[in-house]
Amino acid sequence: MRRFVLIAVPYLWLVALFLIPFVIVLKIALSDVALARPPYLPQLDITGGWDSIRTFFSELDFENFWFLTTDDLYWKAYLSSLQIALFSTTLTLLVGYPIAYGMARAAPEWRPTLLMLVILPFWTSFLIRVYAWMGILSNEGLLNQFLLWLGVINEPLTILNTNAAVYIGIVYTYLPFMILPIYSALERMDDSLLEAAEDLGCSRLSAFWLVTIPLSKNGIIAGCFLVFIPVIGEFVIPSLLGGSGTLMIGKVLWEEFFSNRDWPVASAVAVILLLILVIPIILFQRNEQKQREAEG
Amino acid sequence: MTRFSWFNATALTLGFAFLYMPMIILVIYSFNASKLVTVWAGFSTQWYGELLRNEEFLSAAWVTLKVAVMSSTIATVLGTMAAYVLVRAGRFSGRTLFSGMIYAPLVMPEVITGLSLLLLFIGIGLDRGVLTIVLAHTTFSMCYVSVVVSSRLVSFDKSLEEAALDLGCSPFEAFRLVTLPIIAPAVISGWLLAFTLSLDDLVIASFTTGPSATTLPIKIFSAVRLGVSPEINALSTIMIGIVTVGVITASLITKQAAVRQAREERMAERPA
Repeated sequence: MRRFVLIAVPYLWLVALFLIPFVIVLKIALSDVALARPPYLPQLDITGGWDSIRTFFSELDFENFWFLTTDDLYWKAYLSSLQIALFSTTLTLLVGYPIAYGMARAAPEWRPTLLMLVILPFWTSFLIRVYAWMGILSNEGLLNQFLLWLGVINEPLTILNTNAAVYIGIVYTYLPFMILPIYSALERMDDSLLEAAEDLGCSRLSAFWLVTIPLSKNGIIAGCFLVFIPVIGEFVIPSLLGGSGTLMIGKVLWEEFFSNRDWPVASAVAVILLLILVIPIILFQRNEQKQREAEG
Repeated sequence: MTRFSWFNATALTLGFAFLYMPMIILVIYSFNASKLVTVWAGFSTQWYGELLRNEEFLSAAWVTLKVAVMSSTIATVLGTMAAYVLVRAGRFSGRTLFSGMIYAPLVMPEVITGLSLLLLFIGIGLDRGVLTIVLAHTTFSMCYVSVVVSSRLVSFDKSLEEAALDLGCSPFEAFRLVTLPIIAPAVISGWLLAFTLSLDDLVIASFTTGPSATTLPIKIFSAVRLGVSPEINALSTIMIGIVTVGVITASLITKQAAVRQAREERMAERPA
């Protein structure tokens, strides 16, 4: 009995507040937009008996999904989200790997402090960390003032409200997610392997390519997924740092819902976004599982 | 190994400069006398004063704190239960669905979570406000809590619990007297994680709130959409300060606890 209660309470909570909401999203994605409250049709009316339930189901259709394919805003937004996520994941890897490598090579008594310094920004508000770049990247911002002072440029660069600012924001906010798994892979590495490679005639660089990189592969894969998956649905970064030319699906969904008040289309956008995410999520879980099996 | 070369030193210096410079600049400019946030016009604390007189920010901060305390506390209870079920309850029908529902919210885009919860609240006719934000935050943060707690539960010796049961404890007593003290650090860090997730959340709160409840992130977002403002710099500085003090204190406490535990274990091993 006690076991039953223990299982039932969190189970029912998640069914009520996680699973059922999804069914509702799916249902509204199949409905039509209407000038009503709530603004979609048909409404399910159980009091009408079987007939009304049958007519309810017959009125659902895939019209909104067709609409998403006809208006090129949507597939462009999906593609551009994927492209931005891919490019910024690569950038984050290039920035994060040397930091993780340096941390793993630092003296052991320094490592806990360095680790804390990487985790600390993660506890600070995401919104504030994105906002901090607005003042730096604007036309009269510190970066432009600095570059003008150096004499590298003659007139301020437009960085804020472009995709470049979005990339900077993503690399900055998601960097800890990349550093931590790579660091934990590198820290476990046995250094005698590198020495063996060098004894056998490898140069330092080729020992790095042939030994260090393959051994940190799982960390790299985990880090990339931890950045890539959430970036696809990102909303805050493109809306604060990006411009009107920055197309990301999270922003489109937000505007579809709050500005256009088209709930059925917003729901259809959400359903497709979820279908796109299922693939990287399954790949990520396979990688995690492989790693767990390899460890024990 | 100690191959600490100039390359590593440069990577670390540049890396940490990149991570910390923006926040340091933000803190410095919060003490700027000028309304123009990019021109330095001398030291001043006027923006802090204006912030403290701004009723809207204060009431938003109060709402945020209330939501965070309530949702992280409920999430810790539910998340610990869920972790216990995942690790200890063995097989039961619907277990795959259960673990799926625990892990899915961790990777779910916030816009989808927010949208789906809002549609649920409208569907059942629940008035949107503090209650709905608490429900929403509890749901996604309980999953984080259960991941943190279950990783601790997996690593701890089940025979301790069984010994307590053999010695006549009821299952609940065994949990309270044996399991809970051992997993307490994970439960506390789960609570802290849930608390910060709630404090930080903009997207889900924006979807699930009504006109009666505005949280601090919603307020900040609508203010900074129009551009940089010195009041927000001051507010950010206060928040960064609180987090820094909190994280450093927490890490010192865990370090001390680890040292104490190591000492006790050494004492226990020493022959009497």
